[in-house]
Amino acid sequence: MYDIYALARGPFAWGAFIIFFGGIIYRLVTTVMEARKKDHVVFDYFSPYYAMRSMLHWIVPFGSTSMRRQPVLTIVTFAFHICLIGVPLFLFAHVILVKESFDISWWTLSGMAAQVMSLIVILSCVYFFIRRLVQPDVRYLSATTDYLMILLVAAPFITGFWAARAWAGFEVATLLHMLSGELLLALIPFTKLSHMFFFPLTRAYAGSEFGAVRHAKDW
Amino acid sequence: MAIAEPKSNDKPIVLDDAIIEGAEKLSEEDIARVINDMIKTEGGARFKAYLNTCMSCGYCSEACHFYLSNDKEPRFAPAAKVKQTLGEFTKKKGRVSRETLMQACEIAFTECNLCRRCMMYCPFGIDIAFLMLFVRRVCHKLGVVPRYIQDTAHSHSATMNQMWVQEDEWIDTLQWQEDEAKDEFPDLRIPIEKEGADVYYSVIGPEPKFRAQLIYQAAVLMHVAKIDWTMTSSPGWDNSDMCMYTGDLEMTARLKKVHFESALRLRNKRIVMGECGHAFRSVYDVGNRFLGWKMPPIEVVHAVAFYDELLRENRIKIAQKFDRPVTFHDPCNIVRGQGLHEKARNVIRQTCETFIEMEPNREHNFCCSAGGGVINCGPPYKNKRVESNRVKADQLIAAREKGAEILIAPCHNCHGGLEDIIHHYKIDIEIKFLIDILFDCMEK
Ligand code: SF4
Ligand code: SF4
Ligand code: SF4
Repeated sequence: MYDIYALARGPFAWGAFIIFFGGIIYRLVTTVMEARKKDHVVFDYFSPYYAMRSMLHWIVPFGSTSMRRQPVLTIVTFAFHICLIGVPLFLFAHVILVKESFDISWWTLSGMAAQVMSLIVILSCVYFFIRRLVQPDVRYLSATTDYLMILLVAAPFITGFWAARAWAGFEVATLLHMLSGELLLALIPFTKLSHMFFFPLTRAYAGSEFGAVRHAKDW
Repeated sequence: MAIAEPKSNDKPIVLDDAIIEGAEKLSEEDIARVINDMIKTEGGARFKAYLNTCMSCGYCSEACHFYLSNDKEPRFAPAAKVKQTLGEFTKKKGRVSRETLMQACEIAFTECNLCRRCMMYCPFGIDIAFLMLFVRRVCHKLGVVPRYIQDTAHSHSATMNQMWVQEDEWIDTLQWQEDEAKDEFPDLRIPIEKEGADVYYSVIGPEPKFRAQLIYQAAVLMHVAKIDWTMTSSPGWDNSDMCMYTGDLEMTARLKKVHFESALRLRNKRIVMGECGHAFRSVYDVGNRFLGWKMPPIEVVHAVAFYDELLRENRIKIAQKFDRPVTFHDPCNIVRGQGLHEKARNVIRQTCETFIEMEPNREHNFCCSAGGGVINCGPPYKNKRVESNRVKADQLIAAREKGAEILIAPCHNCHGGLEDIIHHYKIDIEIKFLIDILFDCMEK
């Protein structure tokens, strides 16, 4: 087991980060190149002002009519995303790892806050999962991969929470935490989780078309 | 496969014999080849980003009148339309059955108005209309298109207008309207082919065919406002375009080229278009792009913006305001299409005594369900179209209850769609164009 642990800490972690960043760059570059060839309108009508206007309305909670119409989903979605990004970036244990390897560090969350936020991620995943199962339109839209994606995202948080609480078997939990986190990172660029970096692109385009060409709001 | 009334809402039932006939001629290989070619050549970055980014979250469902009016039947959700069409195409690598193709055709042509309301409700701004147009283009290339709208597209190809109007019929109509108007205004002219005129006025094919009084009213408006204007006797007179909705973009390009070029040939300063939504989209948003112009090569002004300008510049004056309470339907193609909602309201406020807002309104207004060529798919689809827009009926009933007696809709298609809705749901409200009101109220 120690061997796997070493692997997870060393080569797998490197691999995951390389695939994660490399994958994002690859997807973005190929998308932009393809857009240059086949979707020139994206550049022709691009307007920084309207792109920003649109993005602002959609990253501020309840900034759009759509979000206001579905308040519960909106609250959960925002809480989920904030915690999902905040915990891994500002977790003390993570920052220490970075410090050990690269001697750089930054502000960290208190242990308690990190645990609460992880719990929010887990509970949000439960909510998303159940919502997918029971809300007819969303159920209709969902493919197996949509359910798997939720599990994939929840896994590092469940195992991380487990390890942090030092519950029975936390060594295994720690290992699973590292492996599932690495798997998640590596898969982001190549699954629908890529919406993380496609969001600004599609939003900027919609905002530019609506604002600069059609003189209308898009929220 | 028989043509039948839909029984279940589970899957679309193919109602159009031309779809069936078209599909019968195809092998699965043909279908796969065309789908894959289309994805390869025209399925660019936007196409892929939309398909790969959709999180199946359902935020967009509530935006669509089809979904809301069909008791939230899941398959009418905007993203569900993508799943049933492009979702199947990509999952099966193009090798879909004729059955699936026909259903995709049915969905893209008759269950989506390309109104882009859902785009405003999607966190990613995914353009379902763009994707449905992609499906339509696949259908067009495979020759699987509902009969009525294809007939209209044929008319466009053969005559460069939507209604098989012959050249002499067109010129006769203009002269007839000029003669009629002369009874009231002896020196009124409908100038034809006038070089250098400030305004090139174009209309849609159905105007000379069914609503010639609109040409009359426009002529009076131009006359009273002392506008230096002209119409053309050449094929560019029709600004409409059903080919954009059948997926025949090559034809769209030809139509728009003829339209622009006839105005450019006459060295007119700008094009003013009658009250039509889809024609505006075709000229301002689609046709110019396909021809390689970022913006139309000559300024294009929709009737609503033109009336607003005439009022602001005091070129026409209001003699007495329209005294019956009015409400206003925001046509998607000029509101989500060019933000003309405030201008329309300015015209209404200046011409009408009582204005009652419909809810929701402006960008958030619901489509009439006629748009996107759906009404042009003709009688087989009338029931589905009207029943799939109960939310519009609810909107109208609410406005009626607040006292609105007149429904203003500055779009030809909207008129058709709204008339059917009013009739079906027995709503006591009368529809008018904005120019009907203006004509009634202005000093002549
Ligand atoms: S009809 Fe309008 S709201 Fe419904 S899917 Fe089509 S574009 Fe979206
Ligand atoms: S709102 Fe957008 S992301 Fe969500 S299901 Fe609809 S199209 Fe997909
Ligand atoms: S007919 Fe009118 S309401 Fe319907 S899509 Fe066209 S512009 Fe919109």
